[in-house]
Amino acid sequence: MSRNPYVRPISKTTWYLRNGRFRIYALREVTCLLVGFYSFLSIFALRALWQGADSWNAFLASQQSTPMVLFHAFALVYFFIYQTVGWFQLAPKAMPLMMGEKKVAASTIVLGHYLVWALVSLFLLWFVGVI
Amino acid sequence: MAIAKKALVWGLFAAGGTVSSFLFPFLIALFLLVALGATPEGLQYETIRGFASSWLGKLTVFGVLFLSLWHAAHRLRVVCHDFGIRADGAVAVIVYSLATVGTLLAAWYLLAIS
Amino acid sequence: MSTRQLELEILRYDPEKDEEPYFQNYSVPCQDDWAILDAVNYVKENLDTTLAYRWSCHMMVCGSCGMMINGDPKLTCKTFVRDLPDKVRIEPLENFPIERDLVVVLDDVIEKLHRVKPYIIRKDPAPENEEFNQPRSALMKFKQYTMCINCMCCYSACPQYGLNPEFIGPAALALAHRYNIDSRDQGKSERLDILADHDGVWDCSFVGACSEVCPKSVDPAAALQQMKVDGAMEWWKRKMGFPGGDS
Repeated sequence: MSRNPYVRPISKTTWYLRNGRFRIYALREVTCLLVGFYSFLSIFALRALWQGADSWNAFLASQQSTPMVLFHAFALVYFFIYQTVGWFQLAPKAMPLMMGEKKVAASTIVLGHYLVWALVSLFLLWFVGVI
Repeated sequence: MAIAKKALVWGLFAAGGTVSSFLFPFLIALFLLVALGATPEGLQYETIRGFASSWLGKLTVFGVLFLSLWHAAHRLRVVCHDFGIRADGAVAVIVYSLATVGTLLAAWYLLAIS
Repeated sequence: MSTRQLELEILRYDPEKDEEPYFQNYSVPCQDDWAILDAVNYVKENLDTTLAYRWSCHMMVCGSCGMMINGDPKLTCKTFVRDLPDKVRIEPLENFPIERDLVVVLDDVIEKLHRVKPYIIRKDPAPENEEFNQPRSALMKFKQYTMCINCMCCYSACPQYGLNPEFIGPAALALAHRYNIDSRDQGKSERLDILADHDGVWDCSFVGACSEVCPKSVDPAAALQQMKVDGAMEWWKRKMGFPGGDS
């Protein structure tokens, strides 16, 4: 039995700064703030849409400022790297696929995700008339 | 011994994460285009109103928003825990309430658009 | 064979004498092909016989020699001095109470390994007078999860275990998953009552550090995510009134 075990204290508020692995994890998790932000921004857009053409156009106009451009550009890059790329990289772990006796390679599953993402994004861009 | 209710929220979190990973880069790009003054055709009032009046449009938009809201809420709960805020009960109530508010608003506005 | 002088900074703690652990320095002449465990053995044999630590096979199968090497949990028999800088900090595995020097108290994880019911659970009887055949494809599905040597490096790497010692943790959960996906097992539903309850899989936030440090490539993080999916589906199955299925 333990005589006098020593328990090393851990910082509950800064442990994620301790090494690179944990720092990347923290950066990854805070993308939830972006998901929440854009969800609510979309809800505001829906409200403007519901209120009529003037509200809608006013909403669109309110987005047109340099700070918003910078924020959206930053969010796009940050979100893509830390959410989309991160999520796709982890996807094979949650969905093990067997082909006979061999596991389907993780890289194949990741590639599949990117392919679907590209196709869906291209379709949507066409759908709204960007391309 | 039973399966914790967290199973339900985790399911929403996972679905929301998948949906947002695939669709939010496009969504953010849309906002970026609008901010740059290059609003695409599909976001002109009549076009998008037409889309949002259709049941397919309503269901799709609601589905995406619902899952994304609950994904963000549950993840924020975990983030608070990770960052040292240990009052998990209170945090859960706050984040899930926000998600509920978002869900109700989204449903309300979508139903109201015709 | 040339030798390289390594400066080891080893955490010491005597439960009968010390209030707190402290670092002690040792200078060790290391051969090219040494593992850091060899350097620790050198200290014990030549410099300080009071140093206490666990080791056994020296070939990555017993799981005894896990320690923190420059802040990373590693098997010391698998970590070679040629890959290390001249200064090496050696500490007992993180997230565990220190018994003495580099020896940690592992009672908690031993209990958890038992708790998850790590054995084949049958509802139907096994075939009598004949082999219970399992096709190779069924074996390959769970084989990687059988490779765990219980070194507990994953628990040291897991920040959620550090924040909440009640968490069942990577190795125990991966072990449970090994049985859940074994085609001979019919106990998944029974195990999920423990694994998908509080302190079970939901405490995992998929940091993934466990899989990164695992010296046997068990990939406990994958097992855990798959169990979350299982747990979520089982929750719905029970809500909708289906009796708990077997694997």
